[in-house]
Amino acid sequence: MSEANPASTVTANGCGAPAGGVSVSAATGTQAVVEGHVTREGAPVSTGYARLLGSGDEFVAEVPLGDDGGFRFFAAPGSWTLRVLAPNGLRAEQPVQADHGQVTKVEVSL
Amino acid sequence: MSRSDVLVDADWAEAHIGDPDVVIVEVDEDTSAYDKGHIPNAIKIDWKKDLQDPVRRDFVDKTGFENLLSERGISNDDTVLLYGGNNNWFAAYAYWYFRLYGHDKVLLLDGGRKKWELDSRELTRDVPERPRTSYTAREQDASLRALRDEVIAAIGKRNLVDVRSPDEFTGRLLAPAHLPQEQAQRAGHIPTARNVPWSKAANEDGTFRSDDELRSLYAGEAGLDFGRDTIAYCRIGERSAHTWFVLHELLGQPNVKNYDGSWTEYGSLVGVPIELGEAR
Repeated sequence: MSEANPASTVTANGCGAPAGGVSVSAATGTQAVVEGHVTREGAPVSTGYARLLGSGDEFVAEVPLGDDGGFRFFAAPGSWTLRVLAPNGLRAEQPVQADHGQVTKVEVSL
Repeated sequence: MSRSDVLVDADWAEAHIGDPDVVIVEVDEDTSAYDKGHIPNAIKIDWKKDLQDPVRRDFVDKTGFENLLSERGISNDDTVLLYGGNNNWFAAYAYWYFRLYGHDKVLLLDGGRKKWELDSRELTRDVPERPRTSYTAREQDASLRALRDEVIAAIGKRNLVDVRSPDEFTGRLLAPAHLPQEQAQRAGHIPTARNVPWSKAANEDGTFRSDDELRSLYAGEAGLDFGRDTIAYCRIGERSAHTWFVLHELLGQPNVKNYDGSWTEYGSLVGVPIELGEAR
């Protein structure tokens, strides 16, 4: 984990997933953050992937869901599509808006 | 070299879980993924702790690689099957690394951990024990790795493929959108680079697109001249290892190098040219 960024649970040292998946908590500073949880019948979905897509389904980023079904993206401000993939062909998709300095919360139910 | 020599599917992996000649290795930055469950019989390699020098920004050296593989119980004759999270970014990086140190019997699992999980295939927490070996590596194969001066000299002369997202390429972001925005001192891309995000080479489940689709992506859409040598880069060299795998291993392009210094190095160099915005 990055010691330089103690406020965040997301490592800044690589492009990979943070240990244990993302932990959704207070977001940092002036960035455009999109975060939330994925649930199925009220229970967290901990095996699955959240993908952030741009216009025309252009891939932007993907994270594995955390133990609590959580995900978080540091996006550029703008309109995005959030897509969730889970085992057994489960999927969901919804539009999200990311704004500078804001945390956009998205709750996804499969 | 063709696709079947370097890439196997999950059925193949499942059939070789008990094969004494095959060592399955999960490679992640987040090794807690392995600890929570991995392909039966798989061992783990930590992208950062095991493969990077702990002090300098560089790989572990030849001796370090030999020690690592010996300690993990991998011998020179073993076939190493690599897979990992993040659509195989770090597994592809490890693949490139194994090839760099001369291990030729190495395979990548198509779709990596994601496809395995989405298929609901078996994962276990049991950690296999492998007796220590005495592994001997070859000297680094310089034909696979680009260093900064070579990259600067390649501007306008070779194909430079920037595999980061369009927002990173144009300079709107400094890091992928699932990470805090820090790292290089300047945003943008190396002049004359084409932007072909790594993700265009992969399907949604993490498997690679077909050879025909890949050929038309790079040679058609992106306008890469396959008659020229190529250098791929990203931010820290692991997404570009994924593209190196596509160009060098799947499509058989002869002279493709991965620039593992990538944007975190180039974007902090003093005095080098940088372009902002779309490719020119």
